[in-house]
Amino acid sequence: MDPLLNYAIFFVTIAGIYAVWSLALNVQWGLTGLFNIGIVAFVAVGGYTSVLLTVEPSATFGGGLGLPLAVGFIGAMVTSAILALLVGLITLNLRADYLAIATIGIAEIVRLFLKNEEWLTNGVRGIGGVPRAFADLGPEGLALANMVLVLLCVLIVFLLIERARRAPWGRVLRAIRENELTVLASGKTVKYFRLQAFVLGAAIMGLGGALYAHFVGFISPEAFEPLQTTFLVWVMLIAGGSGNTKGAVLGAFIIWAIWSGSQIVTGWLPPELATQAGALRMGLIGLLLVLVLLFRNEGLLSEEDQRRADIAREARNDGR
Amino acid sequence: MIKVEHLVKRFGGLTAVDDCTLSVPAGSITAVIGPNGAGKTTLFSMIAGFLKPNGGRILMDGDDITGLSPPTLFHKGLVRTFQIPHELSRMTVLENLMLVPPAQVGEHVWLAWLQPGRVRAQEKEIRERAEEVLQFLDLYRLRYELAGRLSGGQKKLLELGRTMMIEPRVVLLDEPAAGVNRTLLGKLTEAIQRLNEEQGYTFVVIEHDMDMIAELCSPVIVMAQGRVLAEGSMAEIRRNRDVLEAYLGVVED
Repeated sequence: MDPLLNYAIFFVTIAGIYAVWSLALNVQWGLTGLFNIGIVAFVAVGGYTSVLLTVEPSATFGGGLGLPLAVGFIGAMVTSAILALLVGLITLNLRADYLAIATIGIAEIVRLFLKNEEWLTNGVRGIGGVPRAFADLGPEGLALANMVLVLLCVLIVFLLIERARRAPWGRVLRAIRENELTVLASGKTVKYFRLQAFVLGAAIMGLGGALYAHFVGFISPEAFEPLQTTFLVWVMLIAGGSGNTKGAVLGAFIIWAIWSGSQIVTGWLPPELATQAGALRMGLIGLLLVLVLLFRNEGLLSEEDQRRADIAREARNDGR
Repeated sequence: MIKVEHLVKRFGGLTAVDDCTLSVPAGSITAVIGPNGAGKTTLFSMIAGFLKPNGGRILMDGDDITGLSPPTLFHKGLVRTFQIPHELSRMTVLENLMLVPPAQVGEHVWLAWLQPGRVRAQEKEIRERAEEVLQFLDLYRLRYELAGRLSGGQKKLLELGRTMMIEPRVVLLDEPAAGVNRTLLGKLTEAIQRLNEEQGYTFVVIEHDMDMIAELCSPVIVMAQGRVLAEGSMAEIRRNRDVLEAYLGVVED
């Protein structure tokens, strides 16, 4: 196959996985205003859960149940959701900034757990031989089928979030973001809705983690770096348009294009600078984030635009 | 209906409500008046569950409801409005009201996904109810406006509208007339009267508009410095020396 096409398929697959994470963060931050900066924890827990459920049994680490991939994906969502439920029950009573601190803490705990609990996770050596979806299609068919699988996940997650956002559920979340007291005075248990959004977002993050692990075919604690996961996903959502479902997807593709494009550019650097390239790229993304916040702080597709469209649609349907 | 016994609320060194005891008869429109800082709004916040008292208890139909959460009290039929309008400013007027009804199918995310038809059908009903309320309050043509763009008086009406989205048993109105123009005020008074007579809602009203109180409310409870100073009909209150002193002439003869 044409190497360029190969690269395009790879690009879309990874960007799609990021879109799943960005959509998940949009549920937590965009719709509800929950400041989760420990995304990587829920991603890693999802990834590891799915791997341990589906990989062949091994003498050196736990799990290895050899179950079908679908079970792994569902397991990933359930485990990440349970983690979010436990974290949420403790922290969602706290103010927003405390939730942020708590989620960083959780991310660190998860990272240390994955590194040190070798009996379960094989520690820093990681787990290889992770079964890949559509493995019997050959390398090219596999890549294509995986891309389709990821895009399908993006589509399903997108549609589910859009439907929920437009339903009374989304209305309550928006109301909570605006004025909690009004929502309480309207008889809604604010905490319960927050918890739902947090858990739902985490489950989707777990699904993305599983997609990632099975696409790469290898998992280790190194694969889940806060910078490459949490930070990049945040930049994607903010650049795309926090609160705007389409924006979350668009941001993922654009930022991933810039991020992977910058790798090509830093490849041209003289060899003595090559070691700094990674830091330089991160700096570049940081600069981009600052520029977005300065000049278009609502993102490329703003929540306002989406809301205006919603209201206009409502008004159009009025007469019918 | 509502009984408050020896209620106390302190904010640091300040005692906002100080051993306050009063009762609101079922089916009445009871007024709570008093100078600024008398503790009226604090009292409301405690009854509606937004503040926890430091002492004393609150009874509703003989049941102790002290310290219950606002949503729990809402479901018991006790609703309140806010003195400073708490509209959802970036949501439409219609959405502000459609938020309120309890037991909405679409508030469960899984039902929103799995039974969109059922959600839509219920949304239609809720919307019709909201439009009725808006028509009544003369806000119908503003239904797609963001609530933040409404005038102060219109926001007040929207506050009242929230309580009309359900069938409450007790409504606590915190200065419903402030900033509302005369024409609408007449309508508001009439609405409260009608809801009281036809639907049997009990109202407790904090208000400074004495004409409105005289027309609408009985009994009238006067608070000053966190306690009840006097209680009775408007005519009795107007003759009460303590009240005249507390108000320093704000009450005309």
